[in-house]
Amino acid sequence: MAPPARRLRRTRFTSSYGFWALGIPLVAFLSFIGYMFFYLFRSGVAVISWRFLTQPPTNGMTAGGIWPCIVGTVLVTFVSLVFSVPVGVCASIHLSEYAPANFVTRAVRSAIRSLAGIPSIVYGLFGVALFVSALKLGLSILASGLTLGLMNLPWIIATGEEAISAIPGSFREGALALGATKWEAIRQNVLPYAFPGILTGILLAVARTVGETAPILFTGVTYYTRQLPTSPLSKFMALPYHLFVLATQHEQILKVRPLAFGTAIVLLVTVLFFDAMAFIFRLRSAGANKWQV
Amino acid sequence: MTNDELRMTNTRREATIEAATPGRDWTIDIRQSRIAIEELNLWFGDNHVLKDVSFGIPANAVTAIMGPSGCGKSTLLRTINRMNDLIAGTRITGDILIDGESIFTDTTDVIELRKRVGMVFQKPNPFPKSIFENVAFGLRIHRLGNDIDIRQRVEQALRHANLWEEVKDRLHDNAFSLSGGQQQRLCTARALSVEPEVILLDEPASALDPHSTARLEELIRQLRQDYTVVIVTHNMQQAARVSDWCAFLMLGELVEFGRTENVFTRPRDKRTEDFLTGKFG
Repeated sequence: MAPPARRLRRTRFTSSYGFWALGIPLVAFLSFIGYMFFYLFRSGVAVISWRFLTQPPTNGMTAGGIWPCIVGTVLVTFVSLVFSVPVGVCASIHLSEYAPANFVTRAVRSAIRSLAGIPSIVYGLFGVALFVSALKLGLSILASGLTLGLMNLPWIIATGEEAISAIPGSFREGALALGATKWEAIRQNVLPYAFPGILTGILLAVARTVGETAPILFTGVTYYTRQLPTSPLSKFMALPYHLFVLATQHEQILKVRPLAFGTAIVLLVTVLFFDAMAFIFRLRSAGANKWQV
Repeated sequence: MTNDELRMTNTRREATIEAATPGRDWTIDIRQSRIAIEELNLWFGDNHVLKDVSFGIPANAVTAIMGPSGCGKSTLLRTINRMNDLIAGTRITGDILIDGESIFTDTTDVIELRKRVGMVFQKPNPFPKSIFENVAFGLRIHRLGNDIDIRQRVEQALRHANLWEEVKDRLHDNAFSLSGGQQQRLCTARALSVEPEVILLDEPASALDPHSTARLEELIRQLRQDYTVVIVTHNMQQAARVSDWCAFLMLGELVEFGRTENVFTRPRDKRTEDFLTGKFG
C-alpha cells in the first residue's frame, strides 16, 4: 500500500481530474451559448427601441418595427392556451386519478408521450387538413391557434400528470379516511399542491408555442399585412415567421439583417421570460412543499 | 351506559367467550358487539389475505389486533372503514356489522361510514397546511358549523388529542414543523374532529421514539371513554399496555381472541404462546 502522503496526493489528483473532466464540457457549452447571445445582442440591439416594438414594418419591411408580429404571436398563443389548458389539465387529472391501470390506459399514455415527440411541421399539415379545410376556418388566427394548441396538448397532459402523480398518496388517503369524496380529496388535497407543477408545464408549453414556426406556416401566418387582425378569422404576422422572412426571403437581405437580429432578440427574450417564470415557480414550490424532502 | 353496566356487559361477554373454549366458536354474542366481524374472507386478486375471521369488537374499549408482519391485520383494520375499496381486485365475502348494520350493502354510504369510523395511519400524514387547517379539514368537508363552531371544534379535538397545550400559540404554523409524535397526535385530532364513533389506529407508534410512543399510548387509553378504539400493532408489549381486548392473527386466520390479560397469561393456542414468548414474529 502506498504511503499516506502519496495516497493523499493521488486522491487529490483523481478528484481534481474528475472535476475538470466534467467541468470543461460544461464551460465549453456555456461559453458557446454565451457567445451566441453576445453575437445576437451586438448585431441587433441597435434597432431595439420603443418605436421598433410599437410600429408596423414600413418601406417594404426595410424599416419600422414588429408590432403586428408581437400582436399576432400573443393572439395565437392565447388561442392555443384557451384550447389546450382546460383539455390538457382535465386529461391529466383523469389519467393520473381516474383511469384504471389497464392496457388501454398504458396505450393512451404512451401515445401521448409519442405525440409530444412528433415534428411540429406534421402538426402544421394536420392543422391544414382539419382546421383550415375540414372545419372551414380558413387561414386564420383561430386555425393556427388550434393547431398550436393541439401541439401543446401532449406536453401539458404529460407534465400535468407527472405533477399530480408526484403528490403523496397519503394526502388522498388521509382525506378519504375523513369521509371526503374522491373529487373532494383531489380538489382540496391534491390539485392545490400539484398546481405549481402543472403551471410549470403550461409555461414551458407557452415558451415553445411562441417560438414555433412550422404549425402556423400553412395555417394562417402571413408575410405582410397592413392592419392588425380584426377577427379570429384574420390572417396575422408572427415573430418567428417574420424572422424567417427577414433572414431568408427578403429581396434586400443585407439591409434588413439588423431588423432580423432585433426580431430574434425580442423572440429570445420572450421565450426566456417564460422559461424563467417556469423555473421560478418550480423553485418556489420546491421550497414550499416540505413533504418532498 | 354507566361504567358499571359496561363492566357487567364485558364480563358477560367474556364469560361467553371463555365458555367457548376449547372450540373456535367465538361467533356467539358477536351480534351484540359494537363491531361484528362475521366469517370475513378477503382476497387481493388470487391472494387469500383474510380467512374466515369472526369476532366482536366491544364498545368503549381498546381492542388490539396483533400478529406477525403480513398476517393481514392492517388489511382487516382497513376493511372496517372500507379503505380497501381503493385497491383494485379486492374481493370480500362474509360481513362486518356496525351497530347491527352491514357496511357492505348496496345502500351503505361509504362517506358517512368513514365519517363514523375515523382512522389514524401508520406514518403520520399531516396535510401541508397549518395545524389549525389540518384539524379543520374534515369539518369543512362535511360543512360542520360556521367559523366560530369550527374554531371551537378544532380546539376541542386538539385538547382531546392531548396536543392543545403544545400548539395553542402556533396554530397557524405549518403542520410539518411538529415533531413526529406531535404529528401523529395531530392526525388523531383530525380524525376526532368530525366526531366519529370508532377510531382505527394502524400501527400508530411504529415511526415514533419511546417517549412519543408513551404519550400516544396514554392518549389511546383515554380515548376508550368516548370511543370504540381498534389498534393494529405488531408490538405485543404495546398491545398488553393499551388494550382491553386482544385478537391474534396469523397468516390471515384468527388464532385467538379474548380479554387481553387472559390472552397474555393463559393463551389457549400454542401459536399464540409461541408468538408471545418470542419464538417468532
